[in-house]
Amino acid sequence: MKTFTLGGIHPPDEKRTAGSAIAPLPLPGQVAIPLSQHIGMPATPLVAKGDRVKAGQLIGGAAGFISANVHSSVSGVVLDVKAVVDASGYARPAVVIRVEGDEWDESVKQRESPDHYLSAFSREEMLASIQAAGVVGMGGATFPARVKLSPPAGSRPEILIVNGAECEPFLTADHRLMIERSRELLIGTRFLMKALGVEQAIIGIENNKPDAIAIMREAVTKHTLGIEVCPLKVKYPQGGEKQLIQATTGRRVPPGALPIAAGVVVHNVGTVYAAYEAITIHKPLVERVVTVTGKSLERPGNYLCRVGAPVSHLIEAAGGLPGDTGKVVSGGPMMGKALASTDVVVTKGTSGVLVIPAAEALRNPSRDCIRCAKCVRVCPMGLEPYLLMTLGEHRQTGEMERGRVMDCIECGSCSFTCPAQRPLLDVIRLGKSRVGQAIKSRK
Amino acid sequence: MNPMNKLIVSPSPHIHGGDSIEKNMRGVLVALLPALLCSVIFFGWGALYVTIAAVASAVLFEHVIQRYLFKQPTAIEDGSAVVTGVLLAFNLPATIPLWLAALGSLVAIGVGKMSFGGLGNNIFNPALVGRVFLLISFPVQMTTWPVPNGFETTDAVTGPTPLALVKQALRAQKPFVEVLPAGDGGHSLLDLGTGSGVGGSLGEISAFALLLGFAYLLVRRIITWRVPVSIFLSIALFSAILHWINPSYAGPLFHLLSGGVMLGAIFMATDYATSPMSYRGMWIYGAGIGTLTIVIRNFGAYPEGVSFAILIMNAFTPLINKYCKPKRFA
Amino acid sequence: MSTIIIYTVVSLCAIGVASAVVLYLVARKFRVEEAPRIDQVEALLPGANCGGCGKPGCRGLAEAIVKANSLEGLACPAGGETTMPSIAAALGLEAGARVPRVAVVRCGGNRERRPRLNRYDGYPSCAAEHALHRGESACAFGCLGLGDCERACAFGAIRVDASSGLPVVKEEACAACDACAKACPRGVIELRDKGIKSRRVFVSCINRDRGAAARAACGAACIGCGKCAKDCTFEAITVENNLAYIDPRKCRLCRKCVSSCPTGAILEVNFPPRKTELPKFEFET
Repeated sequence: MKTFTLGGIHPPDEKRTAGSAIAPLPLPGQVAIPLSQHIGMPATPLVAKGDRVKAGQLIGGAAGFISANVHSSVSGVVLDVKAVVDASGYARPAVVIRVEGDEWDESVKQRESPDHYLSAFSREEMLASIQAAGVVGMGGATFPARVKLSPPAGSRPEILIVNGAECEPFLTADHRLMIERSRELLIGTRFLMKALGVEQAIIGIENNKPDAIAIMREAVTKHTLGIEVCPLKVKYPQGGEKQLIQATTGRRVPPGALPIAAGVVVHNVGTVYAAYEAITIHKPLVERVVTVTGKSLERPGNYLCRVGAPVSHLIEAAGGLPGDTGKVVSGGPMMGKALASTDVVVTKGTSGVLVIPAAEALRNPSRDCIRCAKCVRVCPMGLEPYLLMTLGEHRQTGEMERGRVMDCIECGSCSFTCPAQRPLLDVIRLGKSRVGQAIKSRK
Repeated sequence: MNPMNKLIVSPSPHIHGGDSIEKNMRGVLVALLPALLCSVIFFGWGALYVTIAAVASAVLFEHVIQRYLFKQPTAIEDGSAVVTGVLLAFNLPATIPLWLAALGSLVAIGVGKMSFGGLGNNIFNPALVGRVFLLISFPVQMTTWPVPNGFETTDAVTGPTPLALVKQALRAQKPFVEVLPAGDGGHSLLDLGTGSGVGGSLGEISAFALLLGFAYLLVRRIITWRVPVSIFLSIALFSAILHWINPSYAGPLFHLLSGGVMLGAIFMATDYATSPMSYRGMWIYGAGIGTLTIVIRNFGAYPEGVSFAILIMNAFTPLINKYCKPKRFA
Repeated sequence: MSTIIIYTVVSLCAIGVASAVVLYLVARKFRVEEAPRIDQVEALLPGANCGGCGKPGCRGLAEAIVKANSLEGLACPAGGETTMPSIAAALGLEAGARVPRVAVVRCGGNRERRPRLNRYDGYPSCAAEHALHRGESACAFGCLGLGDCERACAFGAIRVDASSGLPVVKEEACAACDACAKACPRGVIELRDKGIKSRRVFVSCINRDRGAAARAACGAACIGCGKCAKDCTFEAITVENNLAYIDPRKCRLCRKCVSSCPTGAILEVNFPPRKTELPKFEFET
């Protein structure tokens, strides 16, 4: 079975919500929709205090090429446009809306027109729909999808890879999507293939999801050509773009380059689904599947949640915040962001909410490096985390750059593995930003 | 929110694999148990006493140095001093006076480890520093090898190690095969493998027991196979060439199974702090140890050369780390 | 026997001579031409390699000075009163006037005044915490208290006080080298003119949030109300982005603003005690 070759770890699976069907969440009383839910420039607010909005209505316009539209996820009254603390840990502009009813904007079609999908939409139409709907990468990086679908001049995409690896422990949002929306995902994949002009697509799924592999395989054989389901041997970080490309195609993306350099474009299954909805019914990205999970949660599950709903709303649905809570993480345990409060809202990139009990939340004290080389062994990018940390502690920015610190994908395998419990990634990340600044100042 | 229940915020990752220094050290100790058992069977309780003396003194010295000299919290509970003690004992003859074992521990811990700043900072394998110090300072006691007679109460008989026999034969330019299987003092390869009736340091005599430990270390993922295997391969290759050129030189199987090769390759050369960090570096390091071992054994003054070979390659480790970087994902 | 000794001695001597020749040639080939004046200047510098001058260590500054052959814009901030004049004298140059300065911590959000809402459990460095989130309190501007400044200081002049969680500057040890200010990811530390008799008045806050938000985050925050600016007789105070700033060159140390600040965000240091009661705040004792 295929997997990537360099490094990798085997964290506990903990996919306790793999069997729970996607359940729509009741509307919250109030939402705060951040204008910066993507990489790039924040959207420009198009509404003001007191305005009435409908679900699906554009409330923030993309500001530039690398930016994305933001839509209201609910109908109601705009209470304020103000800075709200989001998962970034800082307060950033957001539109706060009091929910009244659930009225959708007229532009969103209630049902799709059956078949003729591929012939019905031209490439330009599809790209315009995706851009209008504010679709961004939903695996966590939140890169505007339209940008990824417009390869730079001179590059030629050959393969579309659909990322269904979901290698983060605990998370099952993509898993459920593949089981419950396999048909839509296949159509979406065909759309994106046409939009990119490629003849081949590979859906990479880790083999801890045999049901998803079986269902997607069945759908592939029944419907469409040119799409292949590729089961992958479980190993973290399989869902990393470069790792997934190597695992499925054997191609390697050169350091510092984008996947398109290897003729590949990768999209998460969540993104494909959002693109499908954007193209067929012009539905903007205003809700997504979020896995709410944790060892002491009463009702962990996969919920279809409106963007802008506070995390506390999700946790209530899952049975309330347990008394022993120590940490609440937005995303998975390996790459997610710890939240300072449960008032932080769900955004387009929130794949999960993980509640960690206090007993497991605190890190053990860091000790001296024993030079066991385990971090070197597990690094999927072939770096030397132990060395980069020492260099970072001594602010040796130049040496860190020579140590290829910018290759780091921040997967956290080194910190996860270190027997001396050293915060390797914390320091490496710091070094990355210093090296990044140094590179910028040279230009 | 309840102020007593503040949410914890930290950068990712938010889970840890649960590995710890203690677990690794405990794993090494477990892997050393079969060899210890063998040496007690072959050498009697003396082997156990030497081991206990070396371990107890190593832990004591580490504690005293950290506590009273460095004025730091002591870290003896991490188990690294225990491992150093056991490894030192494994490199001593079973009949060595206990105070010498303790002195070896003092040099191992004090000079080999603490003078560099403690665990992870030492350049040379501490146990080998202690062993080589004893070998040079007390050559008589260190080369008086008891012949294994188990728990029999008769006075210990001493005799040469197989390597010493081979060395004598080599000096006399007698072919290797004449020495080995012949009656008095000679051993079959099977004897070398099990350690039955073979003279030598207390931990090194049973190659099979040590290989069992190797398997355990690999299963627990405490070490990788690269350093030991590259040592084995280079020893086998180099000794085979020499044996082919001149049959006076012993063959590969003899070199692999005799003396400290197994103990050295599996437990000493793989010491975390003193071995290279990258796979490529591990190959170079292992090949260096194997080659040097055969050079010392066949052309040097000492019959055995594993300790020196490892110490010499330890000195090259920083250089290897500087020039052998792991393979880049590209 | 004696022949062996002779051979040994002769061969060793030969090796020695040969090595000496090789070393001589190598040294000549790779000799680095350096003006002796660089060494001379370097000897006059403090040798702390603090980086306060912006050059890589004292040697770097010495090289720059000798190369430029002028002291224009090149000065050692860490050396005492005599350092730059002595260098100027040695090189026959003119030394500029030097206003003594000191590092000032512009955050008063101690543990009591700025409630901690969550707990940081990452790598203990302000830069790491700053990159992660706004901090344990609701203030996204204030001191994080993990001591990047303390570690950057080559003179042991700044230290994070355990009870308040804020850095304290030891004035007599501070060389005003700017290392702490550069190390602080939030720009909490400012180098200010030391002032007459070391007396200073300054706003001990850099929070640019609107008043209500700033106040909710911290009891000692400047809320940008502008009262101090109105009360100031010398027009030394400006309020920009909800934050007041006192220009040390204009301030005449009358301390009117200190009494008028509703949150006690303006501090006076090294003044003799006044008769009227002020909002109590311990700082730089």
